Order: sequence, then C-alpha cells, then structure tokens
Amino acid sequence: MDANFFIYKLILIAAILGLSLLVAMYATLLERKLAAFFQDRLGPNRAGKWGLLQPLADGVKLFFKEEFIPASADKFLYVLGPSLSMLVALLTSAVIPWGPSINIGGTEYALQVANVNIGVLYLFAIVSIGVYGIMIGGWASNNKYALLGAVRASSQMISYELALGLSIVALVMTSGSLNLSEIVNQQDGFKWNIFYQPLGFIIFLICAFAETNRAPFDLPECETELIGGYHTEYSSMKLGFYLFAEYINMFVSGAIIATLFLGGYDFPGIDQLGLSQNALAAAGFLVLFAKISFIIFLFMWIRWTLPRFRYDQLMKLGWKKLLPLAVLNIILTGFISLLMQ
Amino acid sequence: MKLTNRSKVVSDKNMTMKERLYLPAIATGMGITFMHLFKKSVTVEYPAQQRPFADVYRGHHVLKRDEQGRERCTACGLCALACPAEAITMTAAEREPGEEHLYREEKYAKVYEINMLRCIFCGLCEEACPKEAIFLTKRIVHAEYEREDFVYGKDKLVESADSDKRIDVSIRQTPQVLEFKKDNTKRHNK
Repeated sequence: MDANFFIYKLILIAAILGLSLLVAMYATLLERKLAAFFQDRLGPNRAGKWGLLQPLADGVKLFFKEEFIPASADKFLYVLGPSLSMLVALLTSAVIPWGPSINIGGTEYALQVANVNIGVLYLFAIVSIGVYGIMIGGWASNNKYALLGAVRASSQMISYELALGLSIVALVMTSGSLNLSEIVNQQDGFKWNIFYQPLGFIIFLICAFAETNRAPFDLPECETELIGGYHTEYSSMKLGFYLFAEYINMFVSGAIIATLFLGGYDFPGIDQLGLSQNALAAAGFLVLFAKISFIIFLFMWIRWTLPRFRYDQLMKLGWKKLLPLAVLNIILTGFISLLMQ
Repeated sequence: MKLTNRSKVVSDKNMTMKERLYLPAIATGMGITFMHLFKKSVTVEYPAQQRPFADVYRGHHVLKRDEQGRERCTACGLCALACPAEAITMTAAEREPGEEHLYREEKYAKVYEINMLRCIFCGLCEEACPKEAIFLTKRIVHAEYEREDFVYGKDKLVESADSDKRIDVSIRQTPQVLEFKKDNTKRHNK
C-alpha cells in the first residue's frame, strides 16, 4: 500500500463526507421548498435568492441555541445518542461505488472508499446499528414522550429490517455477489435490477422509508402525539445532529437504492459517447447523483402526500404483508432462476 | 340541498382487492400533490405586497381637525355613550383665552382615549358624533408588546395639523351618509 493510494483514499473520504453534509444541508432547504410548493405556498425566500442561504441560517441558529441537558438525564448516554445517529448515517456511504474508476497518472483508482466483498452485509450491519442512536437518546432523556418515541422507533426498525433483508436476499440470489461494485457492474447496459426484481424493489423502497423514519413511517417523531418523539428533550446542535442525520440517511439510502436497483452509475448508451475514462467517471457520477436526487424527491413527495400510519397498521403492514411478500419473492426468484438454467 | 358534485355515498362494504392494495390510491394521491407543484402560490407577501382594503373598511380611528387646524371634538361624550364596547373615555376641559387656534369651541377633550382591545370597530362612534370629529379609517391597528399600549391617546388619534398630513375621510362621506345625516329624525342622538 503506497503513499499515493493512502492520500487518494483520504481525499475521497473527505470529498464524500463533504458531499454528504452538503447534500443533507440543501436537502433541508429542498424539503421546505417542496413542502411549500405542494401546499401552494412560496417557502423560505428571505435568506438569499430563493432562500439559498437558509440552511446556513438554520445551522447558525441551532449553534446559538441553549445547550440544555435535563437534570435527570444520563449525561453520557444523552450525548452519545445524537453522536451515534450521525456516525452511523455517515458510515454507510463508505461502500457505495460513486462512479467508474478514474485514471490518474496511469494508475487506476476506484471511486469507492472500501471495495469490500461483503458490501451488502456491511450495509446491513450499519443500518441495524442505526436504531441505537434513537433508542439511547430517547432512553437517556428520561422523558415519557422520548421513551415512547424510542420504543416505537426500535420496534419499527427491527420489524422492517426483516423485510428489508429478505428483499435483498432475493437480489443477491440473482446477482450471486455481495460486492456492491460487482452488483453495479452486472447491471451495466440497462439490465437494472428493478426490472428483474420489481416486487423486491417495492418492498425495499417501503422498508427504506421505515428505516429512515420518514413519513408515512415517522412514528418515532410523531409531533401530534409525542411532541417530538425521541428528540423531545434535545436542543441546540444535538437536535441538529438528529435532524441532520435524517437527511444524510435519506441521501445514503437514495444511493443504496440507486446502486442496488437502479443500475448505480450506469445509464444506457453512456459508453457509446466516446468519453475519456475520467470524463466517463464524472458522467457516471452525475448519473448516479441524478438518480439519488430523484429518490430524495420521491421521499419528500411521499412525505407531503401520505398521512402517518397508526401504530397497529404499521405493525400489520410490516409483519403480515411485507414479510410474507418478501418470502414469496425469494421463492419466486429461486423458482424462476431454476427454470432459466 | 346539494352544494357540490363531489359528495360520495358512504358505505361499509368490504374493500375490493384494488382498494386493499392501497398502491393505486397512493399513486392517485401522489398525482394530486404533483399537480400542486405547478399551481400558482396563494401567498401574499404581506409587508411588500398588500391586499386592497374595501373603501368602507373600519380601522384605526382619527380625530379630525377643521380647515383651520383646530380640533373639532368638543368632548360631548356621545361617542362614549354610543360605544357598545365601552372603549372610549374622555376628560373635558375649558378652552383658555389664547387657545382659539387649537380648539374650535369653548369646550374640548383634554384626554381622549380609545382602548383598541375593547373596540369592536363597529363605527357607532362615527355615527354618533354631531361634530364630524371622529372617523374610522383604512389604517390597521398594529400589534403591541404591552396591553397598556393598546389604549390610544390623543397623540395617536388626532390627525396632524399640517395640511399635507391630513387624513382623507371623504371616501366615507357617501351621498347616502350625507343624506342620512341631514334627517335628524333618524339619528339616535336626537
């Protein structure tokens, strides 16, 4: 492992970290703008042109808010909660292939921080840690609403992780690999997994909404019943971390959906354009980014369309509908791939 | 009575397969919200953009001066008597020699206060006034931080003596009003 490789990876990590934070920042603005447009309003337009400085203003506001820790809270866990949420949100982007490999001075560099063979498993491991940030935060606040929100969050995330996992099992059966860059390469030339696994895609999409706690699965927050849910007692930048982690999660799950089902950085006909290798990498990245943007838009679109589930409906959907469907999907996939041989 | 064509007969029959799937209904809903992306915003950006008031809008009162800049109010108290919300109070005083340029008649209101939290902007004070001294205008009563600040004194009610800062209330003197005011039998303070 030479120094160049090390430096390249460091730069890539910094770039992806910066990109995640930037996208999450502007996703907050986009969310508010879209919410306004869906409701025939104007949305934030005071800070800068079209409110472009609004995320900055929000950040500054959060920084200057009083840092409040309840007297009866467990101080260590109280701080650990939001930190863990943020950490987990940022960890996931490590295994996502952001584009075809680039060529610097005759050496090939992959646009992926860690090309691990068990990429899909890594994603799963990290996603299931995600619940701890919320659970610990809600527990440490020593508040009924926060605790209820945390309990809901953990039961919801555990329930939907099952269907999420099973929908990927079917995907792995067709791709035969757990390596994310290989899964993307297999989809090259418009052979996107969404066409082979339409049911799996829908299950995965619904579970992704539940895992990121976005509407209509935002029961952990649930303003109308639980004030703020798990982050009721949080203020200042700790609250900011929780809210920000949600947007980073949205960005990352958009990247995962695009990578697993929508062909990643592949776009039909992109190889025939006659671009140089580095230009092709840039174009591939832009294509992936466009797909992610669409999924982020979809997240917001659904949030401003559908009302929140009732708790029993949520559990019924997770256990009685999605889980059997995911199992059925596995059986169908196995059956069809047997017939194809 | 049928107001719109959108009413539906409610029934508790079992849902069909399509209804139980929910996905078609979700798609319809998303279509509806998507169409709203292209609709014109209904927002009025208030301080920059103001909606027009009706000509007879009843807002912030004004105590008028006459053509020579003298206060018209003689503190007769009829407005306070007419006020259904009991928002108006006043203290009368006698005009001293040398104050003829300030007050039109021998008696004037030394203190004249309207509690804007009590006022219901009905306009009965304007109707009661025999001297055409008080009028309601198109101006908005602004928000305040303290309840006491809503008791408007003469400093806020009496219009400026400068001829170019006078408040025009001619819009309220419609022919009907003038006609009405001529007929003394219809006035409640006859």
